[in-house]
Amino acid sequence: MTTIDPNFDADREARRERRFTAINKADAWFRVLGLAWLTPMLRIAAGDNPRAQGGEIWRLLGVPLLAIAAFLMLWATLAPTVQTSLGAIPGPAQVWEQVGNLNDDAIRTRERAAEFYERQEVRNEERIANGEEARPIRDFTGAPTYYQQIWTSIKTVFFGFLIATAVAVPLGIAAGLSPTANAAINPIIQIFKPVSPLAWLPIVSIVVSALAADDGLFEKSFMVSAITVTLCSLWPTLINTALGVASIDKDLVNVSKVLKMGTWTKIQKLVLPSALPLIFTGLRLSLGVGWMVLIAAEMLAQNPGLGKFVWDEFQNGSSQSLAKIMVAVLTIGIIGFLLDRLMFTIQSLFTFTNNR
Amino acid sequence: MNRIIAALATTTALAGPLAAQDLEIDELTFGFIKLTDMAPLAIAYEMGFFEDEGLFVTLEAQANWRVLLDGVIDGTLDGAHMLAGQPIAATIGYGTQANIITPFSMDLNGNGITVSNDVWELMRPHIPSMDDGRPVHPISASALAPVVEQYREEGTRFDMGMVFPVSTHNYEIRFWLAAGGLNPGFYSPEDITGTIDADVFLSVTPPPQMPATLEAGTIFGYAVGEPWNQQAVQRGIGVPVVTDYQLWPNNPEKVFGITEEFAEQNPNTTQAIVRALIRAGMWLDENDNANREEAVSILSYPEYVGADEEVIAASMTGTFEFEPGDVREEPDFNVFFRYYATYPFYSDAVWYLTQMRRWGQIPEQMSDEWYHEVAAQVYRPDIYLEAARSLVDDGLAAEEDFPWDTDGFRPVETEMMGGVDYDGRYPNAYIDALEIGLTGDEVVVDGVVTGG
Repeated sequence: MTTIDPNFDADREARRERRFTAINKADAWFRVLGLAWLTPMLRIAAGDNPRAQGGEIWRLLGVPLLAIAAFLMLWATLAPTVQTSLGAIPGPAQVWEQVGNLNDDAIRTRERAAEFYERQEVRNEERIANGEEARPIRDFTGAPTYYQQIWTSIKTVFFGFLIATAVAVPLGIAAGLSPTANAAINPIIQIFKPVSPLAWLPIVSIVVSALAADDGLFEKSFMVSAITVTLCSLWPTLINTALGVASIDKDLVNVSKVLKMGTWTKIQKLVLPSALPLIFTGLRLSLGVGWMVLIAAEMLAQNPGLGKFVWDEFQNGSSQSLAKIMVAVLTIGIIGFLLDRLMFTIQSLFTFTNNR
Repeated sequence: MNRIIAALATTTALAGPLAAQDLEIDELTFGFIKLTDMAPLAIAYEMGFFEDEGLFVTLEAQANWRVLLDGVIDGTLDGAHMLAGQPIAATIGYGTQANIITPFSMDLNGNGITVSNDVWELMRPHIPSMDDGRPVHPISASALAPVVEQYREEGTRFDMGMVFPVSTHNYEIRFWLAAGGLNPGFYSPEDITGTIDADVFLSVTPPPQMPATLEAGTIFGYAVGEPWNQQAVQRGIGVPVVTDYQLWPNNPEKVFGITEEFAEQNPNTTQAIVRALIRAGMWLDENDNANREEAVSILSYPEYVGADEEVIAASMTGTFEFEPGDVREEPDFNVFFRYYATYPFYSDAVWYLTQMRRWGQIPEQMSDEWYHEVAAQVYRPDIYLEAARSLVDDGLAAEEDFPWDTDGFRPVETEMMGGVDYDGRYPNAYIDALEIGLTGDEVVVDGVVTGG
């Protein structure tokens, strides 16, 4: 066939090839981002057999959507049948309504904040008119909006998680490299790993209250939440790092001996790269644990964030409370999922193999 | 919107002498518990009374009374909506030792005692009915006594909830039970559960969790402030049997507590706070409670009490619903300014002390002078009157609204349930006149009441 019009066909083939290579390359990223269903769609657009790709689309997009639809249907039919003293359990529609309400609340709060600042401006102008000194503008003193609560929680979990990483990775490397260090650290891991965040919280809050300065860099409540997250999310990273470091290929270790590498070079050139996939697995687990712990800690200690939002609504006991709590639960779930994806993406960036 | 414009208008019209003065600090955080009697704080904030004084106040709901008290003591909170017993107990070192004072009393009345539907059904046959079939009020705990007896025979301990060991509610439910012949149990230095010799076992539950705890069956009834009694009615899980107004008309309730240190270091700020709070109290009771509807809507914001408007309105607007449909007039159910409600009377503090002695939280007999000294240490009418005077001078309050010449003792109370009159001048005589409870030099040793 190529003999008839070699130039035309070769060109088209090449373009087609390039397109598919690009799609396949992008596919790796789509998978990471949880958008794998885009690949077959692009393939159809690029001229692939729709029938073959249709099956893929069905599996990657149709089935999940159908499952979600089935879940919503089940929820919508079953929820109203359960009567609580606060009314029937809210279905998806009521929960969605509360999403709107929370957004309205946020807008209302923003307006109130604007008025708050305006009043300060007016006062200051008056003071200046009276020949007095203007006062500095103060931050809004009203309640935080739902979005601010979400942001607080995310900041806190990352702060706690970063401290945990800074502690766990070096300790894990030490434990993985030296059997003596491992013997020292191991019992501590075994005992503290299963401790519930709710048990740490009182200790942390008392210690932080005692140590932290009043006008310190961070608010006490923030520190309490963050450190509780640290204490609980330390362990998966620590254990996985130790495991990753300990299971380096013996040949590599021998090579390092032959080359007479120093400890630091060895860690840099050899230990870290080969342990990285497992370290990242640990980090992913840690972030997941940290997120769960944070919500519990915020609920118990009434520290700002999504956990406090849930607890406040539970205490309010209004007819909208259950639906609002469900909004929070879904938010917590979606953010947890996004955090996991984020770590997965970073992992894919840093590790060359497709270790997941 | 109207509200904000109104607040703006009053704000700009005002350049009070205190606002111009130098405040020691002007950024403050106050704690509160989700109860309607935190209203003066919410109103002072929402109506701009704090801002009028140049104060930037953040209001923060607290998980329970313990956390709130610790917050004030360790300085995370500059002040708080407190149980009247908290500053007193902290000063005498019961529970925690800290010098907390109160320059402002927040309200009168506002509490109720609720029992579960099951208990109510068992109680009902022992309560006489009116012509229309509704029960005769006030209901005595003597109607509860046979129920407790029945539970005991079935081997079930009769548990009820209150909000804190030194809470008004603890003393009120004890007062009610004892007046009906039931012993709520004694405290002793070794046993701080307060259940020695108890017929009814009282345990601590934070106010907003009361309905959920009752519903879960952990307790069979509770004493708590509003809206958590009306919430039980609305949710159909319990029936309020008595209000504290029926126990003791115009009894003192919450106070505003700050540390003595705060008041000493920030005298001008303290004055500004008290001025704003007095104005909030006046606003709440103005023109025969004309502003209560608006107050209800503010309190129903999720950041304050957060319960449904109709639940909050049920007690805030001059009525109280007992059984579903049994709505009765209670114009003074919650008083924020009338009857000198905001003045910190020594006799109020003394009453709380007598109850602490009665139930063994104060383990030994104390002299009348001791009661008066403690009251004068904690309750600070001097700060209150100075703020009131400046408000009158600014034309923001009327001269006759304040008891300028009182010696700090209210007239003898003659309408308390149980028929024992209370005179704050003679606390020991009052304690000795009460039927159930420690009297004279009685002490609790190893779980046994001795002496006397």
